[in-house]
Amino acid sequence: MLRRTKVLAGLFGLALAAATGAALAAGEQFVPLLSYRVGPYAAGGSGFFGGYIDYMNYVNMKEGGINGVKLSWEECETEYNNSRGVECYERLKKHGGGASMVQPLSTGISYSLIDRVATDKIPLVTIGYGRTDAADGSVFPWVFPMITTYWSQASDIIKYIETKAGGADKLRGKKIVHLYHDSAYGKEPIPVLEAYAKQLGFELTLIPVAHPGNEQGAQWLQIRQIKPDWVILWGWGVMNPTALKAAAKVGYPRTQIIGDWWAGSEEDVIPAGDAAKGYTAAAFNGSGANLPLVQAIKKVVYGAGKGNLEDKSRIGSVYHVRGIVSGIVTVEAIRVAQEHFGKGKVMTGEQVRWGLDHLNLTEARLKQLDADGLMPPTHVTCEDHEGSGLARFQTWDGNEWKVVSGWISPDKQMLRAMIVESANKYAKEKGITPRDCSKEG
Amino acid sequence: MLYREAGQFKATYAADQQIFPIRQDRIVMIALVVFMFAVVPAVADQYWLSAVLIPVLIFALATIGLNILTGYAGQLSLGTAAFMAVGAFAAYNLDLRVPGIPLPVVLALAGVFAAGVGAVFGLPSLRIKGFYLAVATLAAQFFIVWALVKFSWFSNDSSSGVITAQKMHLFGKVLDTPAQKYLITLAVVVLLALAAKNLMRSSTGRAFMAVRDMDVAAAVIGIPLMRTKLLAFAISSFYCGVAGALYAYAYLGTVEPEGFTLDLSFRILFMVIIGGMGSILGSFLGAAFIVLVPIGLNVSTQWLNGVLQSMLHWSLPGSLTSNLELMVFGGLIIFFLAVEPHGLARLWQIGKEKLRLWPFPH
Repeated sequence: MLRRTKVLAGLFGLALAAATGAALAAGEQFVPLLSYRVGPYAAGGSGFFGGYIDYMNYVNMKEGGINGVKLSWEECETEYNNSRGVECYERLKKHGGGASMVQPLSTGISYSLIDRVATDKIPLVTIGYGRTDAADGSVFPWVFPMITTYWSQASDIIKYIETKAGGADKLRGKKIVHLYHDSAYGKEPIPVLEAYAKQLGFELTLIPVAHPGNEQGAQWLQIRQIKPDWVILWGWGVMNPTALKAAAKVGYPRTQIIGDWWAGSEEDVIPAGDAAKGYTAAAFNGSGANLPLVQAIKKVVYGAGKGNLEDKSRIGSVYHVRGIVSGIVTVEAIRVAQEHFGKGKVMTGEQVRWGLDHLNLTEARLKQLDADGLMPPTHVTCEDHEGSGLARFQTWDGNEWKVVSGWISPDKQMLRAMIVESANKYAKEKGITPRDCSKEG
Repeated sequence: MLYREAGQFKATYAADQQIFPIRQDRIVMIALVVFMFAVVPAVADQYWLSAVLIPVLIFALATIGLNILTGYAGQLSLGTAAFMAVGAFAAYNLDLRVPGIPLPVVLALAGVFAAGVGAVFGLPSLRIKGFYLAVATLAAQFFIVWALVKFSWFSNDSSSGVITAQKMHLFGKVLDTPAQKYLITLAVVVLLALAAKNLMRSSTGRAFMAVRDMDVAAAVIGIPLMRTKLLAFAISSFYCGVAGALYAYAYLGTVEPEGFTLDLSFRILFMVIIGGMGSILGSFLGAAFIVLVPIGLNVSTQWLNGVLQSMLHWSLPGSLTSNLELMVFGGLIIFFLAVEPHGLARLWQIGKEKLRLWPFPH
């Protein structure tokens, strides 16, 4: 009994000591990383956060930080679990002089943080996931669903199908199946697809797949009966390779399947083997180890033995590059903020938000960063927290993703109206008065 | 030495039957409650309140709920998270659709809705037992989450099926600081824990335990099985529903149906098992163990990494530490269950018995 008590007391003491310790050097720009490297989504999480850390290391090593201010970060394991994510956020938000911004790479965690970041004045950046109507920056000043939301993506996919069909008018009478993960994530694009079905006159069939989606025989039998011209695969995790294999089994051509970007990484197609050949998916970022920035990171960071990915063959994979894109957005927003509030100073969360609100990554700027082709040009404003909406399409050839289109722009007018309507409804429910963007400096 | 009850004589039945018959226990418990209400909100910072204490309290409440059903009434359930979801979505819709409804009524009605749903899904328990019943409650888990996603009315036609909890109002005041949220959570949890403790000491609780120990025998001595089992489901779901409403309103703020997965149900079942079946105290200990130990491990590996970094200029890679934490956590669970299969509450009880003899054991 006594020994047991001692062990317990020792453990408790260790926890206490750790809670009080771990202070970071002052004068560094701190970025909290709510990462996940275990659990069902570890493959994506380790690639993404590896890329994020690699880019920050790259900026520190190559330029000595942002105008001399080094970036520092701390990881906290969330296991993709909402309450662990909230705990990590609360723990890290005041570390290292205060968090600059937070990017959780989990829609669930980002939802749980929406209220908290507004009180703590820390921007929440969700690139390619999260709450779509947060693109209305007047209602959501602290949330940035940047580059592309789910609605933009749905619009981009329809536009791509239009070009493949040879024009918008050619879609009349065609059949499109939306095969989706039966969750908030999979349901999100449905209003946009329905609006398009009405506008363009195609026949839309919604087929849900229950989580996790490793059995899709019934769904694909239904698809075989419908004989759709296109199938939109809005999948997640194991559902994606299963869908491709099931499609091969019923003989549905993979060339007619268009995935969204959570169905467009190496992890989604390699398990399907040959069945994935010819399958096309959306992407908001480039990929491949030959991209100039990836090469530079490989040389500078991995050359010095500081690379974060243990499996070097994953350098330049879709998730790794997605992490690099998040790193670019972080660094550039801080740079913009520094230009306004004073170069070489550590920015607060509020100042970083100003930087995000005024972030303009033009093609020329991306070229300077060696990042042209890595991500679409993005111009965020106070009203428009998405800033781009562009996506392009890539086809899996059995070995790598081949880009098959230019950047495709969504129907911004239609989406904007839907976003404003949804955001206003949220503002009314929560009793928020939207900020007046014309008065923001 | 301090923990000895010599000289404490009970002269009435009431004194003999109180919750804490030993004076020291009473003093410690009252001191603890006073400390939690008066001192903690004043000294704890936002991190401790809103990321540690509030979730522990809410999970403890859900664990009490499941403990009533599984620990006291012996009915295995895997639908806990779904009943929490019912509570959260019921509270949201009540607040949205009934203007000016006061917070305590919202919480109580959220519990009542969950209780109703729980009783319906408890119907199979009249025919099946044990693992078979667990499978039947599994249906509740999947059905409820599916229904909340499928029918957009529940989320007020939000395109993603996500709800955002409204602000909490109490007596015309908005509760939005972590301390206020903590106090309302604590008040609800203390009240319901006390109610649970008393309920389990009443004839209802004894009926639950009789059904748990042998339902045929319970029926023979005149306990109506149907009423008792359904009541156990209803009360248990009431607790889970209130916990779910607090989870949305006092803790996360925005919740999605997928947040209430089978994973969460299992987590709460583990809290019951680790804490101790059929123990209210165990529910608190189990919830604290499952919520706090992973955080403690994470903090300690961070600290260890900091030490390694400063001494050797080398630190463990992130994927290794993350997996290490999971392994140590699993090891700890096995260790505690091997030491005491009846959970932490039983460990505490054994400790108390030893303390009574200390420092002069026989």
